Formats: sequence, structure tokens, C-alpha cells
Amino acid sequence: MKITFPAMGHMNIAVKSLLSGLKLDVVPPPPISKRTFELGIKNSPEFACLPLKINVGNFIEAMEQGADTIVMVGGWGPCRFGYYAQVERDILEGLGYHFKMIVLEAPDSRLPDLADQVRNLGENVSLGEAIKAIRFAWHKLSAIERLERRLDYVLPRAWEKSQAEMLYDRAIADIDAAENWEQVRDLARHAEQALGALPLSKETPLKIGLVGEIYTLLEPAANYDICRLIGRMGVEVCRSIYLTDWLNDHLLGGLVKKSVRRHLRQYTYPYLNHWVGGHGWETVGNAVQFARMKCDGVIQVGPLTCMPEIVAQSILPSISAREGIPAMTLWFDELSATAGLVTRLEAFVDMIQRKKLVNYEQVKEA
Amino acid sequence: MRVGIPRSLFYFYYFPLWKTFFEGLGATVVTSSWTNRQTVECGLLSAVDEACFPIKVCFGHVKELCSQELDFIFIPRLVSVENRSYICPKFMGLPDMVRALIPGLPEIIDITIDLSRNSRALEKDLLKVGRRFGKDRRVTRLAYNQGLAEWRQCIRLCRQGYTMAEAVRIWDGEEVTLPAANSLNIGVLGHGYSLYDRMISMNLIDRLRQLGCQVQVVENLDQALVEAKAGEIPKRVFWTLGRKAVGGALLLDSQPHVDGIVYLACFGCGPDSMIGEMISRKVYRKPFMMLTIDEHTGEAGLVTRLEAFCDMLQRKKAINL
Ligand code: SF4
Ligand code: SF4
Repeated sequence: MKITFPAMGHMNIAVKSLLSGLKLDVVPPPPISKRTFELGIKNSPEFACLPLKINVGNFIEAMEQGADTIVMVGGWGPCRFGYYAQVERDILEGLGYHFKMIVLEAPDSRLPDLADQVRNLGENVSLGEAIKAIRFAWHKLSAIERLERRLDYVLPRAWEKSQAEMLYDRAIADIDAAENWEQVRDLARHAEQALGALPLSKETPLKIGLVGEIYTLLEPAANYDICRLIGRMGVEVCRSIYLTDWLNDHLLGGLVKKSVRRHLRQYTYPYLNHWVGGHGWETVGNAVQFARMKCDGVIQVGPLTCMPEIVAQSILPSISAREGIPAMTLWFDELSATAGLVTRLEAFVDMIQRKKLVNYEQVKEA
Repeated sequence: MRVGIPRSLFYFYYFPLWKTFFEGLGATVVTSSWTNRQTVECGLLSAVDEACFPIKVCFGHVKELCSQELDFIFIPRLVSVENRSYICPKFMGLPDMVRALIPGLPEIIDITIDLSRNSRALEKDLLKVGRRFGKDRRVTRLAYNQGLAEWRQCIRLCRQGYTMAEAVRIWDGEEVTLPAANSLNIGVLGHGYSLYDRMISMNLIDRLRQLGCQVQVVENLDQALVEAKAGEIPKRVFWTLGRKAVGGALLLDSQPHVDGIVYLACFGCGPDSMIGEMISRKVYRKPFMMLTIDEHTGEAGLVTRLEAFCDMLQRKKAINL
């Protein structure tokens, strides 16, 4: 059995490590490329959302490399994601591939259930080994996120931006390859020190909160690497979703750390008074939170036609007006282009810069 | 007290229920006009560009109602109408979207209708609405139950060959005559609020009838059989309308007297993108046509496609006879 899975940002590294820990033969999806997009677009329904198309591309490329089993997660709506696995299976079978698809239906499950499901995936692993694999994957993910936060801080301030990116990229690749916990810890520590030692500008950069649909937020290929684009403009990105938080809330029932989701309620009222599937509710809550944290702007990202994000987008103008924060929505689909994106980002950054100066001068005059 | 109900989205399924309910509470019910050019234009101006056509149209209706003397406007949050199923994320956020984008609204009655687990929360919300109209528990319950009874009557009418929208019109006192038996038998599927809105669907159903088709919609079919067919899909479809469409398509596909199946989808509609795909893969006996529309779709193109489809079915039928 050669097992593969859909790509989603750094989740790849964790899933790969988890499945190997279960003594499975893993074929990670090849890095998302133009070809991945093309394969996905050609074979998916025209109006499907982008993550589904990229999944399909991932699966085809992984199967070309010998994968014969796919793990996917399921769900029960209200959004399309809960039906991804079924449609993807139909598409791939229609293309003549032979494979087994394992769908983890684990929306509200608790840690023991998950451990069980994960263990059933593996071949002859004890519960102890399964738990060890989960913990190791978790370690890698946490280490990566620590570095990510570090980079988000350093990149806008660093004089040598490519240096910072290089240090980070190398550390991520090394962590991906690391075989034990101590290695991960040391690698992360070294990289953090190296990033910390870079000469930084003393000026406080503008801050932009990034909110939106989770896949688009987490998968650089789906957002044209927007975090780096913003960082390179000398603006600091504040992320709204970290994978460890999300997994903690959704799979682990808040077991590992305090839920970040619960406190959002104070921000969503009176703007959006019900969950709407996907991340629509979180987008609204996070946008308000960023406004109150005095970020200089909010950018919402999502795949074109994403239903929960359209709900959130409709509400964003009133948040912008009442909380006094400039906001912009960026939709991504297979036709988006980096050039257009950079232009829009620059215009937005210019605008918030001017707004900040005006406010500053008002304060001075007063 | 005057309550406005937009003639869009859930109107096409539940108007009799809510009209009866509000009248039972002593209110006068006012609706917007049937969707027209102006509704569409208003909707396009007030909704976000990325929203689907039916949602934009709904915004147009709400806008129209804003210009009337109203005490309330009824925009429920329709989460779920049955066990463990949903309609669409956009329905779940509709009152909030409207509130954020349309200024000068009358007070919104935005009760949450979520029957995915049980009806207790709905009942609480209903009683709250009743209190706003100064009615007690008993009156409110009675009004709601009467509403349900009226609504069931419409459902029964549908079994005589009327679409849900036609049943609602008959219930509302209009006269609707179905065309005499026609030569072709076509199943037409899609979300009722686009299919039955003559502006959104560009009068699809009547056009097909004029082309000599007997039209069957999902409400005309035996619901138990529709559910049974939908149950053949490995994973239960968790969108109510989508599940019925899939079940309806499979059922129609298996019925000898049906000549073809049409699915009306909206550009940018999430559920349609998945349901349309499933249906087009699973329907294999009958010719199947998927029409995708939005505010930019030209009428001429639609007519041409319908004519070509019907011609093809006629020819096929002639050969098989
Ligand atoms: S949340 Fe958006 S991207 Fe995710 S399934 Fe729903 S529509 Fe698609
Ligand atoms: S189901 Fe489709 S058409 Fe209906 S509101 Fe949702 S996205 Fe729009």
C-alpha cells in the first residue's frame, strides 16, 4: 500500500511524518506546480472551488508516482468540503485510476477516537506507537509554526529579506527530514537564533491582519504566497489561523490548549450571529479582533465562489466602517496572476499608510 | 402591523406557511413584486459582485420592500429544514448580509429555523415573534400549526403536476392551468427559487411546455421514491435541495416514460457545482442537459439550446417508436 494525501501548506510535513510513524509507505503529493493546477482544472467541475481542483491535481500526480491509496477527511456540511472526497473519487475513477480512498469522518471526534482511526490506518501498530506518531507530528507542526511567527516578524523588518527567507526555508526542509524530537527542537532553536541575529530596521512596520478561508490562508500555492509578498513590502502579517490551533479546536476537542474559537463570540456580535460553515464566522470574528488590536488593515482571502467567505465579505464593509479599519477582499482562482495581485496589495498598503499619516497628524495638531 | 416578505428564495417553498402564521398573529402581509428588471438591477447594486444570482435578486426584493411602510421585514435564517441537512451557507448568513449591506431597513424578524436536531429552538423563536405582536403561546402555536396545514395543502397540490411555485400561486388565489398532455416528457431540476422565478430562469418551465414538453419537477414525484433513489448514493447528500435533485434525477432516469432531464444551475453556486457534477455522472439512460445561468445569460442562447435539446429528443423518440 502506498498512501498519499491532499496538500495543505505545512500540514504536509506533519501528515507525512504521522503516516510514516504508522509504518506506512508514504507518497507525499509532489509540490504544487502549474501542472498540478492544470490537471486539477481540466478534470474537476468547472465551478468547483479551488481547493478541490488542487486536491485532484495532487492525487493524480501522486498516483503517477505510484500511490494507490488516498486519505481524505470528510464532514457533514453545510459547505462543499464535506462532499469533496465523494466527488474526487468519482472524478478519479472516471479517469480510470484504481485506488482505495480512506475517508476520515472525524469532525467532532475526541482524541481517543482519532487515535483509533489513525491506528486503524496503520499496519500492525500498537496504540502506543500510534500516539507516539501523533505526538511527533504535532511537535514538527508546532516547531514550524514557531518559526513561521518568527519569520512574520523578521521579514518586514529585515534589511536582507532574501536572507531571512532562505534561513527559514532551509529550516523547514530540515525539520521535514528530521527523525526525532531532539533534532526538531535543535533545528528550530538554531533557525530562530539565526533569524534573530539578522540586522533589522528599527521602524515599526504597518500591520495587516490576514483572514479568510483556511485552505487559501495556509497553502501558499493557493494564495500566490501572499504572506511573503506582504512581508517583502515591509508590512507585517498577522495571521488568524494557525494549524495547531485549528486542529486543537476541531479534532482534539480543545484538549491540548485553550480553545481560540470560543472567545471569538465577543467579536462576531452584532455582525454575524450564526455560524455559516467553512470559516465565514471566524473571518468576521478575526477581522473585528484585528481592528481592535489596532492593525492597520485587514485582507480577506478565499477561493472564488467560496460561500462562507461571500457571507463574510458582505459583512466586511460594515466592520470596516464601524471599527474603523480598511479592508480588502482578494479572491483566488486559477486565473489569478501574481502581477495583478502585487499591484492591488501595493495600492492597499499605500492607502493604509496615508490613513495612518493623516491620523498621526491629527493627533499632533490636537 | 405590516410584515414584508420578499418574493424570493424561501418564498417559493414556504410562503403559505409564513403568510398564514403572520396573519394568525394579526399582521398584514405585504410581498414585493415578482422579480423584474428593476429588482435585478437593485439587487446587483446592493449585493457583493461575487454573490450568486438568486441572492442578488433577493437583495433587490428587500430593497423594494424598504420603500414601503412596514413595521417588520421577515428574513429568516434558514439553516436546516430537516434532520442533519442544510440548505446553503448563504441562507445561514442571509439576515446578517442584508443588515450589513442595505441601509434603511425596517426591523428584521430573523428567527433561526434549524430543524437539524429538533424543533425546540424554533419554537422558542416563534413564541418570541408572537410576543412582539402581543400574542400569547396558544395563539402563536395555533397560527404556526395553521401555517403548516396550509403549506401541506400546497405540497399535495404538487402531486397533481403543479410546481411548488404554481401551487403557491393557486393557494394565493390565482388560477393556473396546466397545458394538455404533451408529446415529450422532461424532468426539470434545480433550486426552486431559481427554477420557479420566471426572471431568473428566463421562464424555463413555460418555455419547455411551449416546445411541447410535459414538465416534471421534483415535487411532482413520489417523495418516498426520490428519497430511496437518493439513498443509493454512497454518502448522504447533506443539502436538502441537492439531495432531492439527485434522487429526482436518478428516479427520472429509471422511468421509461421520461425522455430527458434538464438541470438548471447558477454560476458560482456551491451546491450546484457538486450536485450538477454528480448528476451528470450518474444519469446514463436519458439525455441530460445542464444549463448554467446568471444575470448575464442571454435569452436567445437559452432558447436555442432548449430547442436543440427538444429536437434531439423528438428525433430520438421517432427512431425508437
Ligand atoms: S469553505 Fe469555501 S473553499 Fe471550503 S468547501 Fe466551502 S466553498 Fe469551498
Ligand atoms: S444554494 Fe447556490 S444558488 Fe442557492 S444561495 Fe446557495 S450558492 Fe446561491
